[in-house]
Amino acid sequence: MIQLAGLTKRYGQFVAVDNIDLRVPRGELFGLLGPNGAGKTTTMRMIAGILRPTDGTVTIGGIDVHRHPAGAKARLGFIPDRPFVYDKLTGGEFLRFAAALYGQQGPAVERRIDELLEQFDLAGWKHELTESYSHGMRQKLIISGALVHRPEVIVVDEPMVGLDPKSARLLKDLLRQFVSRGGTVLLSTHTMEVAEAMCDRIAIVHRGRIAAHGTMPELRQQTASEQMGLEDLFLKLTGGLEERALDSLLES
Amino acid sequence: MTGTLRQPSLVTVLTPKWRGALVRLRQERSGSRAKLLLLLVAGTSFWAAIFGIAFRVLRYIRDVPEIGNLLAAKVLGVILLAFLSILLLSNIITALSTFFLARDLDLLVAAPIGCFRFYLAKLSETVVHSSWMVALLALPILTAYGIVYRGGALFPLLAVAAFVPFLVLPAVVGTVFTVLLVNVFPARRTRELLGLVALGGVAILVVLFRLIRPEELARPEGFRNFVDYLAVLRTPTGPWLPSEWTAAMIMNWLLHIADPWPPTRLWTGAGLALVAGAWVHRELFLDGFSKAQEGAERRVRRPLRGPLERLLRWLPPQKREFILKDLRLFFRDNTQWSQLILLGVLLMIYIFNIKTLPIHSGERIPFGLVTIIAFLNLGLSGFVLAAVAARFIFPSISLEGRQMWLLRSSPLDLNALLWSKYWIGTGPLLILALAITILTNWLLHVSPFMMAVGLGTVVPFTLAVGAMALSFGVLYPQFSTENAAQIPTSFGGIVYMMSSLSVLAIIIMIEAIPVTQQLQAWRQGETVGLTLDLMVVAAAVLVICAVATILPLRLAAKRLEQMEW
Repeated sequence: MIQLAGLTKRYGQFVAVDNIDLRVPRGELFGLLGPNGAGKTTTMRMIAGILRPTDGTVTIGGIDVHRHPAGAKARLGFIPDRPFVYDKLTGGEFLRFAAALYGQQGPAVERRIDELLEQFDLAGWKHELTESYSHGMRQKLIISGALVHRPEVIVVDEPMVGLDPKSARLLKDLLRQFVSRGGTVLLSTHTMEVAEAMCDRIAIVHRGRIAAHGTMPELRQQTASEQMGLEDLFLKLTGGLEERALDSLLES
Repeated sequence: MTGTLRQPSLVTVLTPKWRGALVRLRQERSGSRAKLLLLLVAGTSFWAAIFGIAFRVLRYIRDVPEIGNLLAAKVLGVILLAFLSILLLSNIITALSTFFLARDLDLLVAAPIGCFRFYLAKLSETVVHSSWMVALLALPILTAYGIVYRGGALFPLLAVAAFVPFLVLPAVVGTVFTVLLVNVFPARRTRELLGLVALGGVAILVVLFRLIRPEELARPEGFRNFVDYLAVLRTPTGPWLPSEWTAAMIMNWLLHIADPWPPTRLWTGAGLALVAGAWVHRELFLDGFSKAQEGAERRVRRPLRGPLERLLRWLPPQKREFILKDLRLFFRDNTQWSQLILLGVLLMIYIFNIKTLPIHSGERIPFGLVTIIAFLNLGLSGFVLAAVAARFIFPSISLEGRQMWLLRSSPLDLNALLWSKYWIGTGPLLILALAITILTNWLLHVSPFMMAVGLGTVVPFTLAVGAMALSFGVLYPQFSTENAAQIPTSFGGIVYMMSSLSVLAIIIMIEAIPVTQQLQAWRQGETVGLTLDLMVVAAAVLVICAVATILPLRLAAKRLEQMEW
């Protein structure tokens, strides 16, 4: 469903994403893991059509995102890492606008909006301006915005940031159910537990490249780390396992 | 914790600002050559035009026997008074952003920076942001004064010495006013309230300016006798205003008059104001800053559904909701819609001035005067339209800013986005253009021919000016601004104004000759038909406007496509 071929993004001399090839089939929840600055968000934004790749292609359901953006994006729901919404719109108006961007309107959309707001405990805030929402509420609103047009593919960048435990649980269940009904999810996260518990397959991104990818057993096999958990495996691949002298940092 | 805490220096506190400015400058330089060339041409022609006008007017004034020098001083005083009012307004708007809404405030307030240093850093930022445009505008005018009056090699230094305190004083007043206001109202509300306060202030200033009637200074015959006229010239416009002290300091140098008072007043005033500003800041800033975090609005006062939605029902949902969204954001943001009041006030004054022109007072009006006034009216209408577009259309892409992820990740076509923005802004602008042209030409009792010229010019010019405002907004976006009111006064806003006024000047110059010929013929009783000259000029105007509409929009569409968020 999602296919990246030779995907590359350069900023001058700096290579943020370096020749990534990846295929996420229909009905799979795929996790993208990596340290800060590894190129996850850049990759996600290229998939969503927000950034143009320097090289390579992104296809969604066989449609090239950058050559035929309208067709590809119509199947996609994107949840960014930072929940920027229009401050002077109400939650309901924001969702109506998000649905309209995908050409949807009418009573079915209104019912969908109410349903989503209800699920995310935002029903009481439907007619409030989003400038009064907390960070977590905005996050829930943009998640609803990505779901309002019933996408086939969800690309979600750091979904749990700012969510309370109840909403985080709801989102996990929602994404798993979405996948079980034939949807496709590409998720980037720092939270190892989330990745380990939710993802069918995982790719570890380091310095713009995929260092390893596969199911958890496959990852252990590839890295010759049979007994390791995902966190240790991640640190082993990204060079975070070295002993560090913290004393000097904590000295007063 | 051991040792004494060392305060970061003022330069350190300001490092992110000046380094950021340097990076932006470098990015501008490494940008496309066409953009750089456009900037260079527009900047040079605008600067040269102001210098040329100032130089010619000053040379004429200087040679007026007896009163030339007095008149030159008076003109400088009036110009600086206008600058002072712009600076006051601009400083209030800017200080609200720099002191209470900026994103670096959490970091700076949490850091161990002394109160005075913090104040100086933020004041410097405010002065630079709010005054660079005025300083740029003053440069050709002061250069003209220096050359006409042979100010000598040291004149630039003196001009700087006179101008620095002139810029600092309104900045301090602006910061004090803002901190007081924020202590009464939370900053987010203040920003909205400020719109109205500032508008009130501007309206009063404009009315005052009308009451002073500076044009009467150019008509000495309107005074009872020469002594009265001299008395008006000698009396300062406002003896306690820094604009008067600055004008006096500059003119004294140019006329070789030794008077220590103007520089003393200026520098002492600036020093005292700085101390007072720092004291008010120390006493009130933290309370205000704390309040500034609390002022979000919750309930919607104007839901804007129903009739408007029904009116737009024929549009596809994407376009309809886009227009509704833009209208909602505009009318719910008081800093946006309140500008309409200012626009209304300015238009009323403009129309009132046209009405009070003494061209229908019984005497037979000289033919040349009618032509000049009709063209001046066309030029002024064009200027008003360009300024309105700068305020309302130029910021429209910048205001999408950080929400662009939603638009870019959706199937919304970027061309559709651009065209929606274009018509949302240009539609009302076109209505305004037609209203101004028809009303003022009707008040001027112009011939049907001149009415046709006016309408035939203003319609394509409005379409062009809307496209230029939108496109320059795309080419020079301000995505990270904290205050929408600052967007039109950004660098890109000024480039847009210079470019649109250059287009206007070209159109008027092209039209002047054949229209004058036509009017001449009409006055001599000859039959006026559609001559070849006129058709060529009409075609040229249409082509210029079409190029000024299509080219910027194409550039903008291309830029929008390449833009990354």
